[in-house]
Amino acid sequence: MLDFSIMADALPKLLKGAGMTGRLSILILLLGMMLAVPLAYARNAKSVWLHGPASIYILVIRGIPSLLQVFIVYYGLGQFGFVRNSVLWPIFRDPFWCVIIALGLNSAAYTAEIVAGALRQVPKGLVEAAQALGLSWLQTQRKVTIPLAVRAALPAYENEIILTIKATSLASTITLLDLTGAARLEVSNTFAPYEVFLTAGAIYFSITTSLSWLLRRLEVRLSADHRNEERSVKEFQPVLPGVPDH
Amino acid sequence: MSVRAMESGSSEGGTVVMSAVTKRFGSFAALKGIGLSVDRGEKIVICGPSGSGKSTLIRCINRIEKHDGGSIVVEGCLLDHRLTNIEKVRREVGMVFQSFNLFPHMTVLANCMLAPMLVRGLKAAEAEEVAISYLRRVRIADQAAKYPSQLSGGQQQRVAIARAMCMKPKIMLLDEPTSALDPEMVKEVLNTMIELAGDGMTMICVTHEMGFARQVADRVIFMDDGTIVEEGTPEQFFRQPKTQRARDFLSQVLH
Repeated sequence: MLDFSIMADALPKLLKGAGMTGRLSILILLLGMMLAVPLAYARNAKSVWLHGPASIYILVIRGIPSLLQVFIVYYGLGQFGFVRNSVLWPIFRDPFWCVIIALGLNSAAYTAEIVAGALRQVPKGLVEAAQALGLSWLQTQRKVTIPLAVRAALPAYENEIILTIKATSLASTITLLDLTGAARLEVSNTFAPYEVFLTAGAIYFSITTSLSWLLRRLEVRLSADHRNEERSVKEFQPVLPGVPDH
Repeated sequence: MSVRAMESGSSEGGTVVMSAVTKRFGSFAALKGIGLSVDRGEKIVICGPSGSGKSTLIRCINRIEKHDGGSIVVEGCLLDHRLTNIEKVRREVGMVFQSFNLFPHMTVLANCMLAPMLVRGLKAAEAEEVAISYLRRVRIADQAAKYPSQLSGGQQQRVAIARAMCMKPKIMLLDEPTSALDPEMVKEVLNTMIELAGDGMTMICVTHEMGFARQVADRVIFMDDGTIVEEGTPEQFFRQPKTQRARDFLSQVLH
């Protein structure tokens, strides 16, 4: 049976690890989004010189396991003298920043795909309307395309957030004490893997489900301005021939 | 007329002057050498079978579509690759689309205030005043706080007309403004357009509403296969169309 006293003892240490998981997740998602927006525009661009490299980047990142990407950044880069001698060495030596760089680059690829799809979903007619009103390209993006793309991207991005939070557990493989890392350490102290891992799992679960719930509410709020349920039913009715003219 | 004269704005002749304008979509020639001069205040109705290039023609006037050959001068401004010229033209030319194209994430009021604030630099209070005055003119000011999806098609199109008017354009382009509407809503939009015509605005309208053409147009232009086949006053065009193609077309749209 479960030993609740072990779980209670482990909880403070695991919550501290959860703090690390949170910090990692936020920084990874921020880096991912910062890179994803230009990548997404490049992906949708007509010029081969823009969409070619962006597509290849996304393809390569998606085709390699995240764990391997973490290893490449943390173990691989230190092998090169010029990296060890550069001003960036304190960053590449630190497992914390290595995880953020590896998983941030990873998240950028997936997020770029989501953002590019959402940008393509914005009806062309709305962009034309903005142009016809005299808005510049940048104004059109800011006021029309991006606000609508955000609404379109939210459901898929919610998924990306949750996958990223879970992916931060890879940090434990390079000595970081995130939630998973803290749990492994606690298991080696208590020899009670069942209780400790179950507690860690419960913490992951409560973080991801409460975030998911919050994002759903945001989605509902943002889409409140086009309540289409009633109308879309009407619009599906076929147009009858033989309407009288006016 | 030299290009320089056209650019300087000293051009005699029309507020819109198109000469030998061509446009291709891949291998399909949408416009095959269009020549058209529109006078200030003139109301022009363009009609013709679908695929004849009517929409492409008016979409070239504010460069929503880029023409391939020939020249287009709007309000003395030559439309070419220069962004400043394109922006200048778009400030003077309003457009109403078949599918309304209201911004779904903004209220009716915000739709109307956006461009005057961003493009004309109006303050929010001024823009709101202008917006409300035009919404009142299209009799929809009471819906200002609603979102487009909460309005009927006819109401949305009237908002779209008000939105374009808020920029106080000199020229208004209307691209089949009533084609996407339920029949019972066509009339309210046509009435709004007739009022607009009464203001002395230059109007170029693609439509199959021949009643509107009769009542409002100074000139009817009939297009087929990327060319202007025939033009004349509504009287001439409807009474005695000169070409067989126009006669065939009219027999289909008139009853």
